[in-house]
Amino acid sequence: MLRPRSRRATAATQRATAATQRDTAAEPPSRAAANTTRLTPLAVVVAVVVLVGVALLGMLIGPGELAGNRVLAEILAQLTGGVSPLSESEAAVVWQLRMPRVLLAALVGAALAGAGAAFQGVFRNPLADPYLLGAGAGAGMAATAVMVFVPAVTAWSFGPVGPLPLAAFAGALLGVGLSWGLGRSTGGAGTAGLLLAGVAVTAFLTAVQTFVQQLNTETLKQVYTWTLGGLNITGWTDVWLVLPYVGLAALVLVAAARLLDLLTLGDAEASSLGVRPGRIRLVVLAAASLATAAAVSVSGLIGFVGIVVPHLVRLLAGASYRVIVPLSLLGGAAFVIAADLVARTIMPGELPLGVVTAFAGAPFFALVLRTNRERLS
Amino acid sequence: MTGAATTTALSLHEVSAGYGAEPVVRHVSLEARRGRWLAIVGPNGAGKSTVLKAVAGLVPRQGTVLLDGTDTGDLSRKELARRVGYAPQNPALPERLTVTDYVLLGRAPHLGALARESASDLSIVEDALTRLDLAGLAGRRLGTLSGGEAQRAVLARVLVQRTPLLLLDEPTTGLDIGHAQTLLERLDQLRREDDTTVVTTLHDLTVAAQYADELVLIDRGGVVAAGPPSRVLTTERLREHYAADVEVLTTADGHPVVVPVRTAGAR
Repeated sequence: MLRPRSRRATAATQRATAATQRDTAAEPPSRAAANTTRLTPLAVVVAVVVLVGVALLGMLIGPGELAGNRVLAEILAQLTGGVSPLSESEAAVVWQLRMPRVLLAALVGAALAGAGAAFQGVFRNPLADPYLLGAGAGAGMAATAVMVFVPAVTAWSFGPVGPLPLAAFAGALLGVGLSWGLGRSTGGAGTAGLLLAGVAVTAFLTAVQTFVQQLNTETLKQVYTWTLGGLNITGWTDVWLVLPYVGLAALVLVAAARLLDLLTLGDAEASSLGVRPGRIRLVVLAAASLATAAAVSVSGLIGFVGIVVPHLVRLLAGASYRVIVPLSLLGGAAFVIAADLVARTIMPGELPLGVVTAFAGAPFFALVLRTNRERLS
Repeated sequence: MTGAATTTALSLHEVSAGYGAEPVVRHVSLEARRGRWLAIVGPNGAGKSTVLKAVAGLVPRQGTVLLDGTDTGDLSRKELARRVGYAPQNPALPERLTVTDYVLLGRAPHLGALARESASDLSIVEDALTRLDLAGLAGRRLGTLSGGEAQRAVLARVLVQRTPLLLLDEPTTGLDIGHAQTLLERLDQLRREDDTTVVTTLHDLTVAAQYADELVLIDRGGVVAAGPPSRVLTTERLREHYAADVEVLTTADGHPVVVPVRTAGAR
């Protein structure tokens, strides 16, 4: 009366057999490689060329009566061991002001974009940014406290390092540490507890910052300027200060990119594939937060970089973190160098860098989103 | 024990599992023989999925789980992932990942923390894609796949783990009867070719009876019956544990068929 297997099932069996009997040895393994999202030499070359080009522009253009072609000649002379066309003071502008500023912008951009990519991976949320766990609020609170409570004349310092970067660095780590501790203590599995802890810590630290700020309204302008971000550096000190943290974080994040891809499957499936999601999150968030803290300490709060750059990379180069992380590092560096170039040249004074990153970044981002609509859906 | 170990791929002894004070699964004991298909059936909320998660080490559990005689408590997470492949009922399918990228994630248990996939990992992936008829879709993004293609991609991801045991939680979720059959036939074929032990949960009892060598009926976290489908699926038992009006018929070749019956006056 009832046939146990329909003709459809028989057809299915035949299709299955045909599929397995197809000669698999004839397919070169390179075909699978072609369908994986990997960092192609072309993508790296393009990113590096853009980065070097932008950095060169950042060196050539700037305040002072220094023509771009003379700077270019100076750079070439230094590279080839030729005779410098510049006076000593002009050379100092190039090598002691512009060069470290460009490098610092690159480090800050790489840190924020790399950390943003990492946060988006860990939280599986495209809106996650490096300040999500309280790094920005913590740094802001500590920086404000220094501006309000530490008179400039008695400013303590460690060697060449002023109190502001140190306080901001410590404050950023404090914010993330509080969030991590609070998120852990709620005992929830996954990232929801951590995310909510970040929201709570950010709100609390911002409240503290506002309170401290009100104690001395004379510093209001200074605090305000700091929170808008900027690279007002004195020389190489800041570069050497930030480099180890950003370098270490970049290495960790690039190495962990494959594990970030695994996290996109969620904790249960990632666990079933033999990794420990909690441990990956700890390592990645620690590295990303260290980079963020280092960036914040020298640049204040620069928004938008951590979100816009990883998303641009995602749209243009693919959805695997093996591509997103390294290209975000390079792209973030180029983006902030360019933004800083605009910030210091567009007006007689200097625009806050955070304003430029949002002002220039948001429309560009919107444009890319529009032109890639079909890729998003 | 040593005699049994040669044929028993998986055995659970007095396993209780679940989050919170009240375990979802209580004192479950069952066995799956090597190369066979075991289907766990039971009403909604009975604890079918939790049994699979307990084996995969994804829920807190008590009791003993043996894989080929080895206590899974003695295995690291990575060692376990080389022996047990697991696909949940609703797997995450990051929509912008390519099929190849996604399937390649299944090689994770065979890679060191910082290692990159080798050419052999890629050829294992390619082999799995071909076996599951996905070779033509290798470069497609997951978000563009149909339900049947997505389920095959998940199966491919589990397959490249190259584990002797596959745990699949409702592998035909969301598939129509034809696509469900195609998938189960494919799975059955893989099982026979690779001598893999398959444990699935299946909500369709007739289908379960056609594909599985053995059924385990679970209700309220405990085993109610276990054995060949024709012995487990009886009208009385299903009426009792599913609270359903059903009739169990038998095909000419002895497969039980579960048919819902609408009694007069039900309206």
